[in-house]
Amino acid sequence: MAESGKTATKNLALIEAINLALHSEMGRDEDVVVLGEDIGKNGGVFRATVGLLDAYGEGRVIDTPLAETLVAAMAIGLSTQGLRPVAEIQFSGFLYPCVDQVVNHATRYRNRTRGRMSCPLVIRAPNGGGIHAPEHHSESLETTFAHMPGLRVVCPSSPARAYGLLLAAIRDPDPVIFLEPTRCYRLFKQSVEDNGEALPLDTCFVEREGSDITLVSWGAMMHDTRRAADLLAEEGIAAEVIDVATLKPLDLETILTSVAKTGRCVIAQESARAGGWGSEIAAGLAEHGLLSLFAPVMRVSGYDTIMPLARMEKLFIPGVERILKEVRKVFEIAPKN
Amino acid sequence: MNAPNDTAHRKVASFEIFHTQYLDPEGRPTAEWPVWAQKPESLRELYRLMVRTRVFDKKAVSLQRTGQLGTYAACLGQEAIGAAIGHALAADDVFMPAYREYAAQFARGVPMKDVLLYWGGDERGMVYPEGTPAYHDFPLSVPIGTHVPHSIGVAYAFKLRGEKRVVLVSCGDGASSKGDFLEAVSSAKVWDLPIVFLVNNNQWAISLPRQKQTGAQTLAQKAIAGGMPGEQVDGNDAVATREVLSQAIARARNGEGPSLVEAITYRLHDHTTADDARRYRPDEEVQAAWGNCPIKRTKAYLQRSGHWSDADEQRLLAEAAAEVEAQVQAFLDTEPEPPAAIFDTLYESLPKSLVWQREEVIAAGPIGEDH
Repeated sequence: MAESGKTATKNLALIEAINLALHSEMGRDEDVVVLGEDIGKNGGVFRATVGLLDAYGEGRVIDTPLAETLVAAMAIGLSTQGLRPVAEIQFSGFLYPCVDQVVNHATRYRNRTRGRMSCPLVIRAPNGGGIHAPEHHSESLETTFAHMPGLRVVCPSSPARAYGLLLAAIRDPDPVIFLEPTRCYRLFKQSVEDNGEALPLDTCFVEREGSDITLVSWGAMMHDTRRAADLLAEEGIAAEVIDVATLKPLDLETILTSVAKTGRCVIAQESARAGGWGSEIAAGLAEHGLLSLFAPVMRVSGYDTIMPLARMEKLFIPGVERILKEVRKVFEIAPKN
Repeated sequence: MNAPNDTAHRKVASFEIFHTQYLDPEGRPTAEWPVWAQKPESLRELYRLMVRTRVFDKKAVSLQRTGQLGTYAACLGQEAIGAAIGHALAADDVFMPAYREYAAQFARGVPMKDVLLYWGGDERGMVYPEGTPAYHDFPLSVPIGTHVPHSIGVAYAFKLRGEKRVVLVSCGDGASSKGDFLEAVSSAKVWDLPIVFLVNNNQWAISLPRQKQTGAQTLAQKAIAGGMPGEQVDGNDAVATREVLSQAIARARNGEGPSLVEAITYRLHDHTTADDARRYRPDEEVQAAWGNCPIKRTKAYLQRSGHWSDADEQRLLAEAAAEVEAQVQAFLDTEPEPPAAIFDTLYESLPKSLVWQREEVIAAGPIGEDH
């Protein structure tokens, strides 16, 4: 563990980085409260809130009754009074009861009172499959929320980015849906500096530069996308890799700038295909970047099926091979010179 | 099941629901009144507020009928509940209305013009003037009952900060069937939150009568499942409603936690101006309900007790008419917002990816006749 100034750099898994960000921000700002099911003594079903109860007490670490609508609604009420609630929903499938509260209320109080009220809240939930969880535990909900005006939808893809983006989400004056990649919670560790510095929202991150093709993804699929880029590099193809990070509002500029350079683009999402956020990005490229493209923008996605239970979930979740397959189609149409 | 009389069974819970009435339908006291109500001016305040609200309500309906207002939800016959809320809450408390408690909103500083702006399709009708109690109240809530659990977060914030403030959240009989309502009522006592849940039971949820809403004998008893006091009050009795709410508010303020009050009233008007209740509701029932009008009852008491003269009545009606007329004029004179307003409070600051949409709306120009 290295010390740099007052802040410690730790090697952390993504779930530990989430926990660190919560600790850090609750220590910095006493208006930050966390709420949800089993988040107190139990530390959350994935352990994102471990240690918060001991550090900050049950006034600010609120174990709620088993009622997801209530969790979202309570966060709304807290946020209207100037607190900064961070609500946890245990699994993505249980976010659906929150949709009404988020869409009909959280996104609207500022707008309908012309700024008299506001809802600076965060709803965190694991997102997507890949951990052999029971039914209703593996859904991908980012597009459900990204379609809704007045929201921010953030999907971190690495421990360091999860730390910085969660700080940003908590400090943001508007409601943020923060969807964490379930299968990356403990997949790999990364050096995270507990410096209290937020990363920018509304910004895509170009995390690897390349000149031949742009690979766009977010959340858990970033892990597969990075591996695809590694494999392509071995073949002499330089992929530029973009982590969308904030899906809504979308920083299309960064993606357009990349595609203007590479002329090729594959978008990888875990969620179902039709009307997914990859479709929104592809439409943006068609409208504003068509003349830069050497080949159609290809999408890699889950199928338009119900998320299968554990035995079949790998059929649904696109992996490296399905990304490479679409990349090869692009290079068949527009070979590298 | 019948109460068994054997060693296998024991009673683990029981409850009673009380109904309070201080003023009978003819305007006669049913019991000795609370001290505050023995002051004639208290009753006159409630009466004036109810009458001003009714004059407003009638005007709002006529504005809609003449094409000058959008769909409007009238509060005809339910003025006592709003007046009692307005009278009972302290300035620092938070009122979270459904949409038939205009009298409470007026008492807390919402200009009549704002209610007209809201139903006239203008978000500025939810801004409310700074410096009034209404400024920290919630705006009307159209989705049924989904605002009720917001009270949990608001009251929790008060408790966390050690503030002696109370939330009063109102909803209708229909909302009492919604999960949002039930999740709030079920959880409020867990933290002993300072909340008063007010169910404005006007017997009809659009076309669904109260007895088809639930098999429960009363809506008040839903409180029992949440571990809090639940009671009924005659919602057309301004004295009883004000008193029962005041007691619930006092309990909440003293740290004794939440309560639920079911105020029994009757929706004399259609659900909204877009509804025609004659399709589903017998006219005789409505005519009978007019006999229980809260304004008539309060006036009968005030007149009989010598606290209200014909001259007082004429003056009040003239003042109310002038007030409403001025507010209607202010509403009609309000120019639409500039087009960019639909973007300007969407977020605290507009994300850069949305700037072009705002510019497009501005470039298209103000809303014209063809919109």
